[in-house]
Amino acid sequence: MKQYMLSIIQPDGPEPAPEVLEPIMKNLDALNKEIREAGAWVFAAGLFPPDTATVVRRQGDELLTTDGPYAEGKEHLGGFTIIQAPDLDAALEWGRKYADVLGLPIEVRPMHHGTC
Amino acid sequence: MPTEIERVFREEYGRAVAVLVRVLGDIDLAEEAVQDAFAEAVKRWPDAGAPPSPAGWIITTARNRAIDRLRREAARADKHAQAALLHAQEDEPYEEGPVRDDRLRLIFTCCHPSLAPAARVALTLRLLGGLTTAEIARAFLVPEPTMAQRLVRAKRKIRDAGIPYRVPREADLPDRLRGVLAVLYLVFNEGYAASAGSELVRDDLCDEAVRLGRLLVELMPDEPEAVGLLALMLLTASRRPARTGAGGTLVPLAEQDRSRWDRALIAEGQELVRRCLRRGRPGPYQIQAAINAVHSDAAVAAETDWRQIVRLYDQLMALAPSSVVALNRAVAVAETEGPEPALALVDALAGDLDTYYVLHAVRADLLRRLGRAGEAAEAYQRAAGLTENAAERAYLTARI
Repeated sequence: MKQYMLSIIQPDGPEPAPEVLEPIMKNLDALNKEIREAGAWVFAAGLFPPDTATVVRRQGDELLTTDGPYAEGKEHLGGFTIIQAPDLDAALEWGRKYADVLGLPIEVRPMHHGTC
Repeated sequence: MPTEIERVFREEYGRAVAVLVRVLGDIDLAEEAVQDAFAEAVKRWPDAGAPPSPAGWIITTARNRAIDRLRREAARADKHAQAALLHAQEDEPYEEGPVRDDRLRLIFTCCHPSLAPAARVALTLRLLGGLTTAEIARAFLVPEPTMAQRLVRAKRKIRDAGIPYRVPREADLPDRLRGVLAVLYLVFNEGYAASAGSELVRDDLCDEAVRLGRLLVELMPDEPEAVGLLALMLLTASRRPARTGAGGTLVPLAEQDRSRWDRALIAEGQELVRRCLRRGRPGPYQIQAAINAVHSDAAVAAETDWRQIVRLYDQLMALAPSSVVALNRAVAVAETEGPEPALALVDALAGDLDTYYVLHAVRADLLRRLGRAGEAAEAYQRAAGLTENAAERAYLTARI
């Protein structure tokens, strides 16, 4: 088995209205349950918006702290799920389900020491 | 003898790599092993003669060589070698037979949608066609180090991302097969109408695409679109001898010397068109093949059944509508209804296809036929400025 990180790429800005969000969250819960029942679930987390992020970096001898996020842009990582899958096709299958439920792009990326 | 080895290399390289990828679970190791085996063949066959089953000999030799080498490396505590050795020893011995052709898996791995299109093409030509990195680089006019890097990165992605070595399951097959067919057609088109460079036709790429198309039809005989693509490539390739005149100039379809068309390719292509259309599952490649079959039927350009061609384009527009198809349909309409209505159709597409040289070439021809010489010259000029292919540019400039 390999491990993959499924990143949810979210547009910046206010959250959608509750009546929009509610059915999505219901479907998302169902999908997360399906992933657990399939034995593919490893870990998942949702993130606060990118303006809550802070970047720390070394510059010469100094360690600088700046208001984040690191990457400029109109979309950022909104959350992620780590899954285990036998191969990329299986991982992409979960990725497709997330993309379908959330209506957001999902980046599927293999993890380095993700063999388990 | 070297030519015998070359022939075996051409025909069996892909099969040997495909088997070894399964046995070793690693593309780089498989390529290395197969190249070792061919090097051994070059040493041995001239004196000892070619073995009765050259492909079997290459595969067995490659497998044994690879396992020997992995044993030596595994003994030095090389983790990668140990894993590959385990994989190789678990595998059953090689058997020749149509039951499980590893080349099919390899095609689907090379054409996986998670690889960039340019990488899919390069991998397919490298692993299944046995073309060298230098040959592929030349064919696509990129520097050799660029192509080498493209191949290395694609192979690394296959390994690290875990792209499976497997024929997709039934539900994914139609989609994935379309991807494979697109790669073969891209190779063919790059060969037939090289997008840049001085040669109009790169025969080696056309031949390779046809060879892989035949292989796909042999492996998936029940897929009418695979048959359709092969027919389309054969019928298009049949016109190669007539397509270039003295000095490599381009000769358009209507002006080609049809006695120079390759009759054997036409017969084979037309038979395939009939065979796949009988299945009643038409698709874009089958219809394009059928359109080419209608052209092949006409002994002289004037005898072309343009009404039938317009009907086929209507069907193609219903199945896979695109501006390029609409442009081709307009060319056929010019023959059935005259240049005036055709020009109206072409002008309606100018927004979408403004940077596509063929649109301006078609417009130029229609304007010329309508006696609007000034506008025609302008359109030829525009078309010539948009193509990178020297032979096509020369043809267009000559018409201004």
